[in-house]
Amino acid sequence: MKGRIYVFLKEEVLDPQGKAIEGALSSLGFKEVKKVRACKYFDIEFDDKDLSNPEKRLEEYAKKLLANEVIENFKVEILTKQDSK
Amino acid sequence: MRATVVEFLGSNCDHDMIYFSKEVLKFKTEVVWYSERDLKNPDVVFLPGGFSYGDYLRPGAMASRTPIMESVIDFAKKGGFILGVCNGFQILCESELLPGALLRNKSLTFICDYVYLKAENCDSPYTKKINKILKIPIAHGDGNYFCKKETLKELKDEGRIAFKYVSPEGNIDEKWNFNGSLESTAGILSKNKRVLGMMPHPERACEKILGSDDGKLIIESLISFAENG
Repeated sequence: MKGRIYVFLKEEVLDPQGKAIEGALSSLGFKEVKKVRACKYFDIEFDDKDLSNPEKRLEEYAKKLLANEVIENFKVEILTKQDSK
Repeated sequence: MRATVVEFLGSNCDHDMIYFSKEVLKFKTEVVWYSERDLKNPDVVFLPGGFSYGDYLRPGAMASRTPIMESVIDFAKKGGFILGVCNGFQILCESELLPGALLRNKSLTFICDYVYLKAENCDSPYTKKINKILKIPIAHGDGNYFCKKETLKELKDEGRIAFKYVSPEGNIDEKWNFNGSLESTAGILSKNKRVLGMMPHPERACEKILGSDDGKLIIESLISFAENG
């Protein structure tokens, strides 16, 4: 099974990277750009044959390691049910 | 005193810390590897600066989940003294031994420079002997301290802000808050004030020939606290 975990900074946390990208887009002539927030995602292949709730498992990955909930929120999704070989 | 310096993959200020501990402070100094579990019975644990795990994921995130950190967390629970500097501070936050997080510097640039620090609460083990503005270097890209409003209030109410970035004269000024930290916070303490995390490097300001020996005052405070309470 393949899952994806999105990790993004909380709204109240300053995102200097997003700010810099915002400035760069604007200087390229995309004047309509108002705000950019950068985020990251992780694609994870895992063996789900013993998992009753794979989505919950992905949440555990996020809580234990991938997201720091002091500054970040996360969202998980299942991409493919079977190994895409 | 007995000190243990923990080395992680990618620590690069470990030898500065070992020199500080062994040669300057004359501590009996042990060095332990991240994959070990035995801290070798120290009075104080030093978590050095550097780029553990290449800062992958988030600075300090991977290091905080290594075997030795389980022992460091136990040591903290038993009231042990821990000083985390720079990446060591990031590791302490990621381990939840200290609240909050260190974000990318506001300028998005790596900053290597001297900063001036004011000890905010002179009743902690690390600050009781500090009676002047300290001149200590920083070298980091992710030192922008952030925490929730409620956490900041708690830190202030409990006297747990150890150091703030100030001007050479000791005034709070955004110009001297290089990395954009919340309320110029440069270092914070745990609830029992025995765990200190700070972005500036006291071990790089431990002899006059380095440009400053103000960093020594922090550990001299600790020695005095450990001996006299």
